[in-house]
Amino acid sequence: MDALHGTGAAPLTDALRETGVTVRRAGPGDAVAGVLPRWVALPGTTEEVAALTRLSAEHDLAVVPVGGGTKLHWGPPPERCDLLLDTCGLNQVLEHASGDLVVRVQAGVTTDSLAETLAARGQELSLDVPLAGATVGGVLATATAGPRRFRYGTARDLLIGVTVVLADGTVARSGGRVVKNVAGYDLGKLFTGSYGTLGVITEAAFRLHPIPGDRRWITVRMPAPGPPDGDGRPGPLPGVDALALELAASQAEPSAIELDWPDLRDAPTVAALVEGSAAGDRAQAVRALMGEYGTARVADRPPGWWGTLPGDEPLLELRVRPARVGDALRTVAAHGPPARVRGSVASGILQIALPPDVEGSAFAGFVSSVRDGLGPLGGGLTVLAAPYGLARRVDRWGPVSALPLMRRVKERFDPGRRMSPGRSVGGI
Amino acid sequence: MGTKTLDGLAGRLLEVLGHGAVITDPVRLRTYECDGLTHHRATPGVVVLPETAEQIAAVVRLCNDHGVPFVARGAGTGLSGGALPRTDGVLIVTSKMRRILSIDLADRRAVVEPGVTNLAITEAVRDQGYYYAPDPSSQQVCSIGGNVAENSGGAHCLKYGFTVNHVLALEVVTPDGDIVELSDADPGYDLLGAFVGSEGTLGIATKVTVRLTRAPETVTTLLAAFDGIERGGQAVSAIIGGGILPAAIEMMDALAIEAAEAAVACAYPEGAGAVLIVELDGPAAEVAHQFGEVTRICRESGAFELRVAADPVERAAIWKGRKSAFAAVGRISPAYIVQDGVVPRTALPEVLASIDRLSREYGIRVANVFHAGDGNLHPLVLFDDAEPGAGERAALVSGRILDLCVEHGGSITGEHGVGVDKSRYMTKMFSDDDLDTMQLVRCAFDPRGLSNPGKVFPTPRLCGEVPGVRKGVHPLVESGQAEQF
Repeated sequence: MDALHGTGAAPLTDALRETGVTVRRAGPGDAVAGVLPRWVALPGTTEEVAALTRLSAEHDLAVVPVGGGTKLHWGPPPERCDLLLDTCGLNQVLEHASGDLVVRVQAGVTTDSLAETLAARGQELSLDVPLAGATVGGVLATATAGPRRFRYGTARDLLIGVTVVLADGTVARSGGRVVKNVAGYDLGKLFTGSYGTLGVITEAAFRLHPIPGDRRWITVRMPAPGPPDGDGRPGPLPGVDALALELAASQAEPSAIELDWPDLRDAPTVAALVEGSAAGDRAQAVRALMGEYGTARVADRPPGWWGTLPGDEPLLELRVRPARVGDALRTVAAHGPPARVRGSVASGILQIALPPDVEGSAFAGFVSSVRDGLGPLGGGLTVLAAPYGLARRVDRWGPVSALPLMRRVKERFDPGRRMSPGRSVGGI
Repeated sequence: MGTKTLDGLAGRLLEVLGHGAVITDPVRLRTYECDGLTHHRATPGVVVLPETAEQIAAVVRLCNDHGVPFVARGAGTGLSGGALPRTDGVLIVTSKMRRILSIDLADRRAVVEPGVTNLAITEAVRDQGYYYAPDPSSQQVCSIGGNVAENSGGAHCLKYGFTVNHVLALEVVTPDGDIVELSDADPGYDLLGAFVGSEGTLGIATKVTVRLTRAPETVTTLLAAFDGIERGGQAVSAIIGGGILPAAIEMMDALAIEAAEAAVACAYPEGAGAVLIVELDGPAAEVAHQFGEVTRICRESGAFELRVAADPVERAAIWKGRKSAFAAVGRISPAYIVQDGVVPRTALPEVLASIDRLSREYGIRVANVFHAGDGNLHPLVLFDDAEPGAGERAALVSGRILDLCVEHGGSITGEHGVGVDKSRYMTKMFSDDDLDTMQLVRCAFDPRGLSNPGKVFPTPRLCGEVPGVRKGVHPLVESGQAEQF
């Protein structure tokens, strides 16, 4: 707390000191999407988080929670930010009930350290996290997921209980530590993907799975797209969607079906994962399916790009029905700039990285043209991360039909607009 | 709400819906006075049978204009009184909305109206090798809209998850009469996830987009007989601990077996103090490996007889006793209370022993039938309602069982919902702050509290009410239209 002395904000400083939580002055490295907070607090318990948000309510401070900071540049900048609430001190695995296949953790636990803890007893959280160093809270707040979303769902499907602290300091729990439970509203789902705008997630309980006996990755390099048509649109991309749908329907039951397409003029790669004691046999069945499109290879390690994002920023996410992925990719390819595409092709969720030096007009043109192209396909495009100068030129989220209801939820949970204000859809 | 208000509203409803779709005749209204939990009854003020989302929205807007509460009802198979009508309100019955609007196998999804039965979705795609995974035991008759409201499970949700994991989008009429699309593909708050399981308090689903699942290559069903619950429980723990996730693991104790035997002559192994049904599904090679492990574990845990179903007929024979268990106890006991508590799987032996102690202490028989894999208990608390004081003792035992579930870190409901039946128990599981925070969601959707009021959340009116008592066999089971887990 010594770092707070001599700030010229004596009453606030005293009040922060009285919470008993470690607090320091913010430095340039603490900026949230370019917005510099005044203080950084490092609470170690839910009660400390509650004390901080209560104090923030009394003094009208805007609070932004942060975990590993791996996605702090995602989403729009906050309208204001007084207190950065760093959850790195909330780093305890509270309970690993291995017999129940359940774990309860504080939100600041990194997914890497959680995986280590669980692996010691042969279990895992079947949620792939694309960025190393991410925390459980950050993964939930941004609803990130990786390849195995196809088989196990995303964070919201694996989350069975949550503790949150609201803007006024209220501590609320929902769910619990049993997998089957329908008592009350599922606040965990509501907070998953809320970008810190409803409150702070401080604890989470997840259902787990045993680590599969064996794993195989089967990879095929697909044929390159055909020549452009008369209007300059790229030719059809042979088979990516057809193969993905075949794999999705296959009795070999892949856990993930992924696409990596580094250069839209060249050949993409499709890779599938099978897991289980009989993964070896099932991998051969998958290879046979893939063999119709190219030379398929089976490996016991993932390809280097597996489960990672195609780039840092600008980074966009495309969502479309699985059977329309081919058409959606063609739309992306038709509207340059050069893009790198990667993602869960059988789930219809793909990330697109554009060159870091893309110009504003090209970026805005790309977003608008791809959205126009996706419209008839029933798809959508979101800007996950982009330099703020670029992102200002577009609507980051695209149309959201339930936006009025979302606004009403925000108003109820955070009427003073102090929790990560402006960071989610429609400026929520 | 005065009769005059309802009369005025009924006139407006007739203008919107036409005569065939508005019921005000007192005799016909009584058809809808309860859902599957027949203990709670209330004759609805007016019943409407809309055919479109627009009609439902119009009805809801009229209710708003008149300040009248409304309750949605599907097939009425709910077991927690979630569709209990209001005498001062409108009951919106979705049974005329039974169209499957589209099936898209490539995208593995179907769009259906809320009145479509759960099983009808599977029947529509079975021949193409697909099915709809969540399968509540009333799936032959229960509506998908009701499943969405209650987030219903079933025997197979251990592996495949609940309704909420299989709903991709909803069209809903909000409590103020807007029609809104909630989709898992939309960025922003997961209102879809919050809506599923909200028991009709956040609005009415008018269109449901569900995920279709590929039928597994192989299904193997195994029955293992043990001398008692304890050894069966050990087998369950060892199976899950061994990294095997069966499609279902169900257990019955001696009293439940006895009842099933008397009712349907399921010919379970003689002398069994507990039977375990394990169903494995998936790729043939995977199932073959798991089958070897499961049989080894069952034998090592003390199973004295193992039976394996070689075909669908034998599989049905194994499931027959389990599926008839609820109906069977209805035949051996004049009345019973069915509970739906959940405990962590590892707490099962301790909780079952405590239930046994409670049973002996109060002189009330309890038959145990449960989804062992996910700790979802369905204790059947048996009593004779002609015996003075027996009902009260049964209610006490039933409540104490829920206390046990909560004390062990479990839940008061695993699949039947809170409804009116368990709203008074919510305070055992949640603090005032927890419940107040949930109310923030409610208030955002339904500030006037007109959508299914009195459900889920405790109110003084419900304090002290006894849990649902059921007599005999449920009419739907009796008529062969439903099975009960």
